[in-house]
Order: sequence, then structure tokens, then C-alpha cells
Amino acid sequence: MKKKTFRGGVHPEYAKDITAEKSIQDLPAPEMIVISLQQHIGAPVDSLVKKGDSVLMGQLIGNSSYAVSANVHSSVSGTVVAVEPRPHISGRSVISVVIKNDGQDNPCEMISHSDPIQLSPQEIKDKIKAAGIVGLGGAAFPTSIKLDPPDQANIDYLIINGSECEPYLTADDRMMVEEPADVILGAKLLAKGCGAERILIGIEENKPEAIRNMRDHAGSNAIEIVVLDTKYPQGGEKQMITALTGREVPSNGLPYQAGVIVQNVGTALATTQACRDGRALIDRVVTLTGAGIKEPRNYRIRLGTSFRVAIEAAGGFTAEPGKVIAGGPLMGSAQFDLDVPVMKGTSSILVFTKEDSKQFDPMPCIKCARCVDVCPASLLPVRLEAYSMNAMWDEALEYGAMDCIECGCCTYICPSKRFLLHWMRLAKNEIIVAKRRQTG
Amino acid sequence: MENSRLIVSPSPHVRDEDTIHKIMFAVIIGLLPVLIAATYLFGFNAIRLVVLASIAAVVTEALCQKIRNQPITLWDGSALVTGVLIGLNVPPTLPSWMMILGSVVAITLGKHVFGGLGYNPFNPALVGRAFLVVSFTLPMTYWTTPFDAVTTATPLELGPQAVAYPDLFFGTIAGSLGETSAFAILIGGIYLFYRGVLDYRIPLGYLGTVLVLTTILGLDPLFHLLAGSLLFAAVYMASDMVTTPVTPVGRWAFGIGAGIILVVIRIWGSLPEGVTYSILLMNAATPLINRWTRPRIYGQGVSKNA
Repeated sequence: MKKKTFRGGVHPEYAKDITAEKSIQDLPAPEMIVISLQQHIGAPVDSLVKKGDSVLMGQLIGNSSYAVSANVHSSVSGTVVAVEPRPHISGRSVISVVIKNDGQDNPCEMISHSDPIQLSPQEIKDKIKAAGIVGLGGAAFPTSIKLDPPDQANIDYLIINGSECEPYLTADDRMMVEEPADVILGAKLLAKGCGAERILIGIEENKPEAIRNMRDHAGSNAIEIVVLDTKYPQGGEKQMITALTGREVPSNGLPYQAGVIVQNVGTALATTQACRDGRALIDRVVTLTGAGIKEPRNYRIRLGTSFRVAIEAAGGFTAEPGKVIAGGPLMGSAQFDLDVPVMKGTSSILVFTKEDSKQFDPMPCIKCARCVDVCPASLLPVRLEAYSMNAMWDEALEYGAMDCIECGCCTYICPSKRFLLHWMRLAKNEIIVAKRRQTG
Repeated sequence: MENSRLIVSPSPHVRDEDTIHKIMFAVIIGLLPVLIAATYLFGFNAIRLVVLASIAAVVTEALCQKIRNQPITLWDGSALVTGVLIGLNVPPTLPSWMMILGSVVAITLGKHVFGGLGYNPFNPALVGRAFLVVSFTLPMTYWTTPFDAVTTATPLELGPQAVAYPDLFFGTIAGSLGETSAFAILIGGIYLFYRGVLDYRIPLGYLGTVLVLTTILGLDPLFHLLAGSLLFAAVYMASDMVTTPVTPVGRWAFGIGAGIILVVIRIWGSLPEGVTYSILLMNAATPLINRWTRPRIYGQGVSKNA
């Protein structure tokens, strides 16, 4: 049977077998925790604590009055030793709360519900907001806002994104294999929260155990598990929507305008924990993998644990590392400082050896058009790159620069090893800056 | 665990294995069946001309890059491909110095005056061939039979009644070195297609258009497909990446346009063959085709009402 999929895409080496069979282990919380106050798309939160305060595990330590923002909680109990800028995955320093762990894990009060599905949609959204849940697939957009689309838009489908299309990553896979009931419950809660009638769960066909377990627990016929072709970027929000429903998200628009809301597997699990157990988002499953790491595995890691601690727990480096990447090899960001903390959006710590970390000098473009063939947005990356290199921002805009989803397929496939995506990002940035200047 | 030596670069952090070098050498491998057939049919002349053309092309490339203060990139294989192609595109008896001159023109006027690899609007080998045809019309249209090298005319000049299909298919006919054996070209083409180097749209559009038009005009379509350099050009030259459109629809348009021009030249033109000009003219139209055949971008034209 022909599996559902989308236009374009690439087939990189998946390398998921390194950790696919490794069940999720708890990584003990380290002595020192660094909770960044910017772990989501939107405004950074303000610290509610100061140096010397003692905090409980799960205690709210940062919030914001801005609409697009997400609460931040302490992942351990202990004492605040500093509120100061610390290294952040983005490469900048961001104001963070540094907590000395007392090792007690004294929890703050949690309100649990034995049957959370009885909660009203508003109660579900409130609990998700209170728990500080964001999209755990990597984009880290606040979930409660996503569930509350403007204009009373009608939502037909809630999609749970279980494709995990990035090579190496197995965290979502393991959650679906080990905790399918909680993922399904989370999906139901999210669907109730946004008023979606039907739930579609898209999983790539390279995760047979996850597909089986999820099907076993899906039960009701309002939930459908859809097997998808294994192809990157199947997990791209727009690609997922088109593969599952045949609908397209309008250019410059959002999924709710196609009557769809997409949430990640990890987000569903966190939603269950928030609504049923009253638990804030203080940990997440992270895949520690790559040839540069001695004992690759899937860890449940307290937010704020440094990359250094996590890598040491996984046996450390095999040799001198080449790259340490937060996220997958296609969209993740290379880190220069091992003191960056695991954050809500950190799906993976991927360590490349020196040999893996190949660097290329771009050759002239030979117009092979492979970038055109693989672009899931049907752009002409070859033209956009040329416009960007020549600072022709109007032309770049006309050729759809803002429709680029930054999946990196063009750069991946380019035989001339050109930095197409890099130029695309520059064009997008320039276009946004110019627009801001115009509107004052 | 020190930080100091970590590599930082923008995503993506993995790349496909293919490189320009590998693509160009795949084209060379794809040309091997044709080279073997040419050597079998035309003997030492095939080796003489292809080797001379290749050496001339590679040396010219190096000189041009030296003059332009560019890094010497012979290993990318593109000059070699141009050399082999122009070598296979001439009659077996062409004098050596003309071959060398054609190759030099192909690399200089066809490629480096525009900025080198990737920037040339016209297929360099065809620029070289067009130069030779215009400058040395007689030697460039002096045809001999395979094996015994007796002076003759090409099938296109003789017409369909004078040649048998098996001869056309296996190449035991007069013509340019590489164009005669459809059999060898098909093997090379199939290899290139499976290697992912040959986009099927241009060859199919080109050949299909010739097939359809000659049928409509009441001519022998199979003869027009096999005679002359159409098949060779469809597989190895019309499909050249640098000089053809990048959009999927544009590649169809390119093939169909070249097919129409070819039939017009063959039927109503004063030349017996029109492959070179059909492709060069479509090369010129390529930027326009790219502009007119932009694919619909995902989500554009979709209404924002849920």
C-alpha cells in the first residue's frame, strides 16, 4: 500500500538503531540546575525568585504578563544561588535562575484528577498554561495559546505528530512504545481543549513497535493511527497536515486556518501529567546519541541539567568531539559551550565525532535543481540563494522566502555543498527587519 | 570535557554524499558505452579525436582559471565531460587541429567568458560544435561509413528508404562518432537515469515531441528518432544541468521546445540536421522558461477561512 506522505523531502541516513531499543531511564538531577527564563517562543519570563530563596520541586519561578509566553518551574528543590545571564542554546546568554539542588526533591502542592477527561476545555487549557507546557518537538511554542485559536476558528482535527523524522532521534518513539496510554490520554485532553472532533496520530513506518502499541491503546474510533512514509521532513507541521488531511496551511497563515492543530508526542505526555497529576513541565525525554558518545541512550532529564552532566552520565565522549548538537542533525543547532542547559525544546543531544563533522567549501551552482526537487514548500532555493547573495530582498520575498520552513533539505542535497538555507535565513531576516522598519 | 574545540556551523549538519565531482564522473561512465561503440565502429579515429578534445578541454580550463585567478578545479570533471562530448560530436575524419580548436572554443567562448562552471548560458560542447560547423563546414559534413571509411552521406541526407532500422539502431551507419549507435546511447542513458544524474523530463519531452510531430506530418517517426544525433543529444546534451531550466514544468517545456525547433529545421530548414541549434536556442530561452514556470508555493492561493 502506498503510504501517505508529502511533496519533496530527502532520505538521510537515519541512524536511529543506535538508541531505538534503549528504554527511557531517569537521569538523577545534578547538584546545580540552570533554569533559563527563555525556553519558549515569545517573551522571556520574569524571575519570581531571588538569590537565597528556597524553592520546591515544581514551584513556579518565572512568569510573564505577555500573552505569548510560558511559565517556568524549578525542576528540583533547593536554594537559588543566582539569577544571572547564563549560556543558552541560541548561542547568546540569557537570564537564568541557578538553583543548588538539596537532593530532597521536595515537591510543591500538586492537584491531581483521577479522571482528567472530565475537565472542561477551559480547565484543560488552564492546567496546560499553569504547567508551562510548550511544543516539545523543538519549536517550543506555548501549547495553551495554540489550543486557543483566534476568531473562534473551528478545529476539525487534532494531529499528534509522532513522525520523529529527524535522524538519530528516538525520544518520541520510546514514549509511544513505553507510555502509549498516557500519550493517547494526552491526545484526548488536547483534542477536548481545542474542541477537535477527531484525532489523527501520524507515525513514520520505521517505528513498528510504536505503531503497534499506540494502536492497542487507541481504542475509540475517534482516534486514528496513520502510518506515514519515512521521509524527512515528515514531521514538519505543514507536511504532517497535508499528508494526513490533504489540506494546506495558507501561506503566511497558521494551521488553525486549515482547521487543524498539531501537537507533538512529548507535548501530549506532558499534558497528561499536567491534567492528571497536576505536575508542571520540569523534565523531558532526551535522546543522547551519535558516534561521539560512549553509551547512547534515552534519558528523562530534569530541565536545567547541563549538557556536560548529561553527556558524562552517558559515558562521556568516545574521542575528542567534533560537534555537539542540540536537536537533530538537520535542524538542530551546534553548541560551543557544554554548560548550556537542557530546555523544554531540547529533543536530543547529538555528539558528532571529528569525522562526522565534515565541513565543506561551496562549489559553483550547476543548476542541477535537486534543491527544487526536494523542497517541501515548492520553492526555488537556487533562485532564492542568488537573490539573497545579491541583497535582492524584494525578489526573494516574491519568490516565497517567507514560505521557507528551514528544514534544510536544499542544503542537505546540494552536490555543490552550498549553504542554501543559510542564505534563505538571511533573506527572511532582512525581509522581517525591513517590514518592521516600514511599520515603525 | 573542554569546550574549546567544538565545531559550530549552521544546520543542516549532515549532507548527501553526492558531489559535482561524482556527478561529472557518472556522466563519463554513462558515456563509456558510446565511447566503446564509437571505437568499435570508427577505430583509431574515435580514440584520436576524443583524446585530443579531452586534453585540449582540460588544458584550456586550467589556463582559463589561471588567467582569471581562479582556483584550478580540474578534478570537478566538468571540462573533461565537455571535451568528451565535443569529441563524440564530430565526423571521424576531422583533422586533429580542428578538433583541438573546437575544444578550446568550447571551453573559452562557451564557458569561461561567462564565468566558468555553472554560469554558462549555452552548452559549451554545442558552442564548440556550432563554431566548427560554421568555420569548417566541409570537413564537419564529410561523412564516412563505419569500419571501411568509404565516403557516403548520413541517413538524414539519404532519407528513410535508404537505411535499415537495425543499422540505425546498432550504429553501423555514417555520422558523428557518438551519435550512430542508439543501442549504446540507451545503455548509457539508462545508467544515468538510475544514477540520478539524468532528469527524464527533457529527454522524454524532446524525443516525444519529435515522435508526435513527425507522425502528424506523415513522416517516419522511428527513422527521425534514430537517425542523426537526436538520441545522443537528448541523453547527454539537452539534459545538461547548467544550461536547462530548474523547474519541473520548465524541463518539459525545454524538451518540447527543442523538439519543435528540431523538426522545423529538419523538414523546412536548409540543414539536414538541427539538433545543435534546437538545443542552443532553448538554452537561450532557459531564464525565461524558469521565470514562467515557477511552481505554486505550498500554501499560496489557499484561503485563510478554516
